[in-house]
Amino acid sequence: MTDNIENTSPSDAQEKIGVYVCHCGTNIAGVVDVVQVANWAAQSLKHRGVVIAREYKFMCSSPGQDLIEKDIKELGLNRVIVAACSPHLHEKTFRTACANAGLNPYLCEMVSIREQVSWVHTDKVAATEKAKAAISGGVERVRHHVPLQPIIVPINPATLIVGGGIAGIQSALEIADAGFHVYLVEREPSIGGHMAQFDKTFPTLDCSACILTPKMNSVGTHPNITLLTWSEVEKVDGYVGNFSVTVRKKARKVDEELCTGCGICQEKCPKKVIDNVFEAGLGYRKAIYTPSPQSVPNRPVIDVPNCTYYEKGTCKACDIFCAPKAIRFDQEDQILTLNVGNIILATGYELFDARRIPNYGYGRLPNVFTSLEIERLTNAAGPTNGNVVMRDGKTTPKTVGIIHCVGSRDKNYNNYCSVICCMQSLKFAHLVHERTGAQVYNFYIDIRAAFKDYDEFYQRVLDEGTMFVRGKVAEVTDVPRNENERGKLIIQVEDTLVGKQRRIPVDMVILSAGLEPRKDSKEVAKTFGISCSVNGWFIEKHPKLDPIATMTEGIFIAGCAQGPKDIPASVAQGAAAAARVLGRIEQKEMALEPVRASVIEEKCSGCRICNGLCPFNAITFHEDRMVTEINPALCQGCGTCVAACPAGAITGTGFSNDQIMAQIEGLLMMNIEPEAVTA
Amino acid sequence: MSDYILYPGCSMEASARAYYDSLKAISKPLGLNLREIEDWNCCGATEYLSVSKTPAYALIARNLALASNQANETHSVVAPCSACYLNLAKADYYMREQPKLGKTVNEALAAGNLHYVPGSLDIRHLLDVIVYDIGLDSVEKKVVQPLTGLRVVPYLGCMVPRPDYDHHWSDHEFPVELDFLLKVLGADVVDYPLKTECCGGHMPQISPSTAFEMLRRLISTADERDGDVMVTICPMCQLNIDGYQGEMNQFFGTNYHMPILFFTQLMGLAFGIEPKELGFGLELVSARNVLDTLGVKAPPETPPAPPRRPRKPEGLPMPTPLTKPQIEALKKEVVK
Amino acid sequence: MTEAPLISSTPVFTPPQTEDPTLLKEVASRTAGISNLEMCIQCGTCGGSCPSAADMDHTPRRLFALLRAGMREEALKSNTPWICVSCYHCVVRCPQNIHIPDVMYTLKDMAVQAKLVQDSTAPDFSQTFVDMVEEYGRSFEMGLASRHYMKHFPLRLANMMPMGMGMLARKRMNLAPTRIKNMKQLKAILKRAKELEAKQ
Repeated sequence: MTDNIENTSPSDAQEKIGVYVCHCGTNIAGVVDVVQVANWAAQSLKHRGVVIAREYKFMCSSPGQDLIEKDIKELGLNRVIVAACSPHLHEKTFRTACANAGLNPYLCEMVSIREQVSWVHTDKVAATEKAKAAISGGVERVRHHVPLQPIIVPINPATLIVGGGIAGIQSALEIADAGFHVYLVEREPSIGGHMAQFDKTFPTLDCSACILTPKMNSVGTHPNITLLTWSEVEKVDGYVGNFSVTVRKKARKVDEELCTGCGICQEKCPKKVIDNVFEAGLGYRKAIYTPSPQSVPNRPVIDVPNCTYYEKGTCKACDIFCAPKAIRFDQEDQILTLNVGNIILATGYELFDARRIPNYGYGRLPNVFTSLEIERLTNAAGPTNGNVVMRDGKTTPKTVGIIHCVGSRDKNYNNYCSVICCMQSLKFAHLVHERTGAQVYNFYIDIRAAFKDYDEFYQRVLDEGTMFVRGKVAEVTDVPRNENERGKLIIQVEDTLVGKQRRIPVDMVILSAGLEPRKDSKEVAKTFGISCSVNGWFIEKHPKLDPIATMTEGIFIAGCAQGPKDIPASVAQGAAAAARVLGRIEQKEMALEPVRASVIEEKCSGCRICNGLCPFNAITFHEDRMVTEINPALCQGCGTCVAACPAGAITGTGFSNDQIMAQIEGLLMMNIEPEAVTA
Repeated sequence: MSDYILYPGCSMEASARAYYDSLKAISKPLGLNLREIEDWNCCGATEYLSVSKTPAYALIARNLALASNQANETHSVVAPCSACYLNLAKADYYMREQPKLGKTVNEALAAGNLHYVPGSLDIRHLLDVIVYDIGLDSVEKKVVQPLTGLRVVPYLGCMVPRPDYDHHWSDHEFPVELDFLLKVLGADVVDYPLKTECCGGHMPQISPSTAFEMLRRLISTADERDGDVMVTICPMCQLNIDGYQGEMNQFFGTNYHMPILFFTQLMGLAFGIEPKELGFGLELVSARNVLDTLGVKAPPETPPAPPRRPRKPEGLPMPTPLTKPQIEALKKEVVK
Repeated sequence: MTEAPLISSTPVFTPPQTEDPTLLKEVASRTAGISNLEMCIQCGTCGGSCPSAADMDHTPRRLFALLRAGMREEALKSNTPWICVSCYHCVVRCPQNIHIPDVMYTLKDMAVQAKLVQDSTAPDFSQTFVDMVEEYGRSFEMGLASRHYMKHFPLRLANMMPMGMGMLARKRMNLAPTRIKNMKQLKAILKRAKELEAKQ
């Protein structure tokens, strides 16, 4: 239903403002009396330039937009207020509508009466009054708006991908295959990520290495990919289309050009080191090593802290046996600068440290293993050649308990579901049973086997005779209460389907540990100017409609860095991120929001308070002139510096002090009775 | 001197006398200055909480209010008994967490002209104070008679490391504070995975078979791991393991002899204090073996219990003759 | 529960319980602190952790399910709260931070008020303890022990004798109660507290 409430009497303002109040179905209209609000706006804001006010069921729909366009054309509106949802959702919609009607899109202002009013209040009278106040503020603000033009920037066709796990590999290959250059930066000596450590992948049980290594090799040999392993991003300057990235290429102590990857150095190196990364602490490597025989690039690195030469000045076994003489003990870190247009972050996850749950005994009871350890134990290329044995290295377990949700779905550790653990645990149940014939117990809260062929795999594992006990395990102990339990690990749990506490003696316990963000995810986010959730996962632009972009233009995310996910989902997201980047590259240039902060140099005292605050690294300080400058292409218009500046020297385009003050004044023009607001 | 307000709790004056005696004996060398809360009352243990909420919290909060009246330069209240410690900490925490409870409890306290501001006191357990305030280094300096060769089983029970509202302890289930302290005293500390398992609490009075099974797990594991003596920080744990060990042995047909002492008693021994001053000999399962291992002269044996006489079930065992103060106390009762 | 025994002289009929949707809320609101009771995900960590679960008719988890189902009578008849030893293992392990022992205290109080307690041993013990504290301001073990054991465990007295004698001989049990000085104040506080509790 649309009321035409047109003002015929002349207003004392020069602006001709249209106010459009959206019902949003019942989202807004269920709490706010939108008809009353529209009537009020038409009558009471007349003297402030409002020439028309309308309400409509869905303003964002085509007919809704048409209303606005029609009024702009017919009534000559020069300002538009849309009181609806958050500008995050539909600002672009309404600005486009205005532009279609010939109005500068930045003369349109959205007032959020859904997120900030109807969704957070129950008192209809007070909410209606609050909506009026919000609109009053918007009207005052929009009167101070000026037409703005978007900033056009060119797009550098090269792309940086950070992280060489399966998500990063997928992104790199997609972009490189399309004919554009990719820099792939990986922290470890080889790409491959966690997937390279696995033996089998659920639910099809195909060999992880068999499906991954061809992709790794493609990356290694692709003419469009510059692979930088054993390297880390230190600094990101610039902005979408024109990033300048500083990368530290750590000294391998090996000349990658000369080295042939023959492996004799690893064979001859006398220093054995426990491999806490690739072998998850279960196996050994040498002080000069590649993580695995399938490493890409197949070039070793010297682990300086563990190398005898660096400790004692002698040894050089690797150097002596190296035929092409590729060992470079004096090699130093290199600092590279890469110029790229877009960045994809695919930095992956870390395994939850199971020692944090002492009642599960990891690190205290020898035969308690983590999921990653079991991946290595079951892997034919692993420390036991795929034999599933206990910590003594020889005994085959007869009974094995697999505990789900270790460190996940638990407010004491991580309150989220790690997504992959159910299927991973089912995979272990199958593999352990297949390799050892052991009786396997799975202890679960809920079996989450939600995707294609997953539940069928659950059926298969049930069919193989795996015992399922529904209950979160309370503790794993080696203290027996009777002779049956002596010498065993006892899993104490409530079997919730029976309603009784059970103590199940087993030989081996597998903790299906959850996934956690990288320890340094917060610093990485800061380096790239994006944000992390409370848990530490990178935040996507929109949880449903844009899980690939971030709030920072030109920075995309893929894989577990965004949240726990399995291999198919990581691959899909990696490919999606590549598609988004390719779309950008093809456009060759892009328009940026002109909402930017700028410094009024005369007012800047050079105090530098704003310098460290910018989340987008857009602020530079000119020592010579003692003033701060803001790079307009880098600035995202967040306003942090504007608020922080003690001299009031920073102003935001689209968020000028005049506009903000006017909005506050507009809000305060509404005298909401305190009684009406409470409750 | 480190100043603390002391909330001893009822058991320190009765079943856990050895704890109080030894605490007093080690206070001086440790430089602990403990000022008892004037006219403190029982914390209600777990019993009052089971009967009625508001009165239970008011009962606990009276102690907090009295203590805060006494607080001047120190706001730390130290409780050696774990149930007392937990109740004080719990009342303080819940009154903070749930302001409505705080308000109701203070309304009740107002009937006695008292008031307590939640969060204004720091509630600490004695072990926490010794390990973290006084410090293991200072303790080590006082050791003159290291407990060399003594296999000590550290046993904390439940209510001190859990739920640990204000994060004083290294872990809820495997805290290391007591182990470290005993190591500093020179003892051979047994790895005891049941160190924070429950002793059964009031179960000997409610469901004896439940209690005996819980005691059996604790005592048999301590015995299997070759412990000479268990060491606790809790009067209830001491009472159950010491007092009910005999009955438990009868119940299961076992023959365990596992003495249990308070950690303050071993600290006193290591500091060279006379066993008698430390309440040695008050335990029912004799800890004579501890003194023998260390070559310390044992105090004279407690006089043997009077011979058993058949009696009607109306009376408990015949008491020993009353002492003078006890008689006076009884007289006062009659007068009132 | 509604099935009649096969051989019975009198037919037994238990009418189906009416479900009380307010039960869960009532228990949560009567519990001190923020209990998080409504957050239970039925994972069984509590029942798995409980050292005395073997003697409970329902594990804590199932008891919470009964509360959620509004089965007031069955929940309040349960012996679970009385078997709980307040060891707090469940509390620190509970993934939802539910204050389980405090919920148990509430259930005990409610069971006594609803006269649904099946075994009076534990409530009697608590009440006797409380009586002593309300009388003297201190606990009085001798009085408590004699009153309680006499009533509930007369047969254990013979086995208990060595302990009782030992405790007395070592003066670890006082023959006479200690009374705090300002009993008047404590009584006034408790009186007001009871009035406030009754109002809630």
